[in-house]
Amino acid sequence: MTPEIGHFAIILAFCVSVLQSLFGLVGYARGYAKWMSSVRRTSYLIFFLTSVGFACLAISFLTNDFSVLNVASNSNSQLPWPYRLAATWGSHEGSLLLWVLMLTGWMAAVARFSRGIPTEMISLILGVMATVAIGFYLFMLLTSNPFDRLLPPAADGRDLNPLLQDPGMVIHPPMLYMGYVGFSVVFAFAIAALISGRLDTTWARWSRPWTTVAWAFLTIGIALGSWWAYYELGWGGWWFWDPVENASFMPWLCGTALMHSLLVTEKRGSFKIWTVLLAIITFSLSLLGTFLVRSGVLTSVHAFATDPERGVFILGFLVVVIGTSLLLFAWRAPKVGLGGKFQTISRESALLANNVLLVVAAASVLLGTLYPLFLDALGFGKISVGPPYFDAVFFPIMAPAMFLMGVGPLARWKDSPVPDLMQKLKWSFIVAVVSALILPFVMGDWNVLVSIGLLLALWIALASIVNLSTRLKQIRSGRTVTLIRALSSIPRSYYGMLLAHIGVAVFIVGVTLVNGYEVEKDVKMSIGDTVSMGSYTIQLDSLEDLTGPNYDGVEGTLSVYKGERLVEVMYPQKRMYTVQQMPMTEAAIDTGFTRDLYISLGEPLNDGSWVVRVYLKPFVDWIWGGCFLMALGGIFAVSDRRYRKAGSSSAAATSAP
Amino acid sequence: MKVSKFLIPLVVFLGVSVFLFKGLSLNPREVPSPLIDKPAPAFSLPLLHENGSTLSTNDMRGQVWLLNVFASWCGPCLEEHPIIVDFSERGVIPVLGLNYKDNPVNAKRWLERHGDSYSSVVVDLDGRSGLDYGVYGVPESFLIDGDGIIRYKKIGPLSQADIEADILPLVDKYKR
Amino acid sequence: MNLPSILLALLLFAHSPFLASEEARPLAEDPVLEERVKAISYELRCLVCQNQTIADSNAGLAIDLRNQVRDMLKRGMSDTDIREFMVARYGDFVLYNPPVKNTTVLLWLGPLLMLVIAGVVAIRVIRSRSKSSASQDLADADINRARVMLAESDEKRS
Repeated sequence: MTPEIGHFAIILAFCVSVLQSLFGLVGYARGYAKWMSSVRRTSYLIFFLTSVGFACLAISFLTNDFSVLNVASNSNSQLPWPYRLAATWGSHEGSLLLWVLMLTGWMAAVARFSRGIPTEMISLILGVMATVAIGFYLFMLLTSNPFDRLLPPAADGRDLNPLLQDPGMVIHPPMLYMGYVGFSVVFAFAIAALISGRLDTTWARWSRPWTTVAWAFLTIGIALGSWWAYYELGWGGWWFWDPVENASFMPWLCGTALMHSLLVTEKRGSFKIWTVLLAIITFSLSLLGTFLVRSGVLTSVHAFATDPERGVFILGFLVVVIGTSLLLFAWRAPKVGLGGKFQTISRESALLANNVLLVVAAASVLLGTLYPLFLDALGFGKISVGPPYFDAVFFPIMAPAMFLMGVGPLARWKDSPVPDLMQKLKWSFIVAVVSALILPFVMGDWNVLVSIGLLLALWIALASIVNLSTRLKQIRSGRTVTLIRALSSIPRSYYGMLLAHIGVAVFIVGVTLVNGYEVEKDVKMSIGDTVSMGSYTIQLDSLEDLTGPNYDGVEGTLSVYKGERLVEVMYPQKRMYTVQQMPMTEAAIDTGFTRDLYISLGEPLNDGSWVVRVYLKPFVDWIWGGCFLMALGGIFAVSDRRYRKAGSSSAAATSAP
Repeated sequence: MKVSKFLIPLVVFLGVSVFLFKGLSLNPREVPSPLIDKPAPAFSLPLLHENGSTLSTNDMRGQVWLLNVFASWCGPCLEEHPIIVDFSERGVIPVLGLNYKDNPVNAKRWLERHGDSYSSVVVDLDGRSGLDYGVYGVPESFLIDGDGIIRYKKIGPLSQADIEADILPLVDKYKR
Repeated sequence: MNLPSILLALLLFAHSPFLASEEARPLAEDPVLEERVKAISYELRCLVCQNQTIADSNAGLAIDLRNQVRDMLKRGMSDTDIREFMVARYGDFVLYNPPVKNTTVLLWLGPLLMLVIAGVVAIRVIRSRSKSSASQDLADADINRARVMLAESDEKRS
């Protein structure tokens, strides 16, 4: 019964979405107040129904109901229950249900937390979101129904892909989807602005918090995915420029640009047309990502196994949604006025440059990802575009953007005299350059790429400190204010910005140092053998057989010594998952602030020894630490009530930095 | 015209969509062979059935022939095998079997069980010859003409349609 | 050596946790060569895998190709020779670093082109915004004065 209830709930949700779309959009067009005011309630209803549907599927997984095709294909009775739960979204159908759950969740949130927004706008916004939801419900119900029955029921399931049986699998997709899908809110705001013609600083103030929260979730989602790949795949890689990774990274890049563009629109009323277009583009990239992962058009480790027929449906949906949005944009954008003026060197122009670089970076990633498809479709044969291309193209574009991160926050709105900027940043630059030249020697050998990376990171960090101290000076000039007082008078949104920017600096340090100085050793080890790694000596103590809930294998015990002192004992495993007969290596990782020690078991050799791979990865956790700080900065900023204050009668441009 | 520049995003998007649509009918995993119309890589490999003897590509000069790469451990090879057997028995052109990265004992047993109408079967134990031919999966088949030029490659199981529509016309074209 | 120092030496060794243990031998016969094998392998695509390099994959073909690369390096072939070898058999698809040809010109120049175009547009926007600054400021000033006057007159009335 449960699957049927879930199925029915989804059908109902679809129907109510059609109603909401009608009420919202037609209600606005005709001025039907009753229709417009009902969309908040229908949003709650749709979210409730979708949650019921999702819960039913989850229950089917948790109770091992193998009469449901999806459960039989993706789960197993021996699968531990957290993974049975995660298997709910481990398949194409299930993840679609997660997508639409997130979408309706955001929709309900907008309905709940938008008291300051006039009813006509809310009507449009929620109407647009419901329209997007309609497409997903239709897609699910017509081609990818997670509630399809398997009769007669399977005796047991085919098990979840062992690669996905991991805590990371439980969290990564929900976080990622919260982000991806969260951009639908600012998209809906943008469409509402285009339709209503109300595109002003107030609109930007409403949109910004929603964008920032979605961005923070996406940052965490991508970081989790990267971290998961690092410890799960067994060779310590953390980013592969795989099409599906790119599909999540492009909305992130544009979302970052969008956050900054919204800032300008809110504070100065400028870039309105560009911001609206960027909002459409960002969500379009989310939708495009959904297409790429499920259509079979690109090859990826992450891709769901689906067929081109479903691809046609999604593509059709994409063309309708994005095409209509862009058509609307072309029609209505010219009617939007231009905003405030600014000089060539000003915060506005710095943020414009930031946007240009981020969007070109995203476009380059898109170009590289789709190029093989372009050539093949034109009959020019098949090529591959991989990390060598993306690395070569991405970093040169981002480097100036990172450099600007030091300048932008210090630049004044409207006009920022260059001598003033240079005077403030002179010492930061000098210290950064000198340190960047010297530090590589401390780490090992000198390397130009490491130097550049460290220069950028130090530059951002130092400029942020200068920014804070300049601001403190301003507050305390001419008055006696204690440091504590001064610090606490600065709004949280400012600290959010600092934190996020410093997060970027931390991230750069992690990437730079791990790429520059990681060490790998592949050795043959018998019991008692040692291998040295930097200042560590690692000894293989024992190898024991191992049995898990749905796997068996071998576990190694390795002691790590620094000199004579025992530092850590590590337990890498080699598992064979019984149902899918898939071998997996579970690396043992000793996480440290300044380095990770990473050990994975390879294969047993004929003489009884084992292949063991040992890695020393300096500062690798700074990569994800940096991402976490970025997301935290975003959340900080949004938690500032001033950041969120919706529609008060304040005048347009203020110049407070 | 002010309107035109705002239409650029839409135009770009529609252009991309056309490619995405075309992409749906393409197979991103299928790798076309760069060896078409190029000389077939030479090999000289031991025969499966006659210990000590070898067969080389030179021995096949002067006639059009089909090279069929197969293995006993390969499922799709079993699928296509009846078609290979049938085609070979028709005697249109010789069909040479290349036993790829297999155990010769298993291969012999497999052929005994499922039919062996190859003109000869050669053994490529380590797959090096297969590599020269750009083999990346089994089964694969190559049509080679009298001058030793590869004229056609089929990735995956050969079907009757492939034989009628692709192979036979080429045989007619290159047979002297 | 006298007895006390021998005893002392034995005592010292006995404390080491590594008594009678061996340094593990590298898996590769020649680690230096292996570094080169790895470097090239990271650029070559595993054709049977779902988007992995032959360095990362454990598929049969990937192992074969890595062995082939190792052999070729031992025989003294250069990196370029090896890439050509692979391309001759598998086509450009096997290279993760797309070659620069007439069909990939747009790929390699694309980002730069986009940057240049975007940059030009951005500079134009900045120029136009800063030029009309003066006249706009005047208009703004007028509007503000008008607002102030209106507000004052409102106050007077109420």
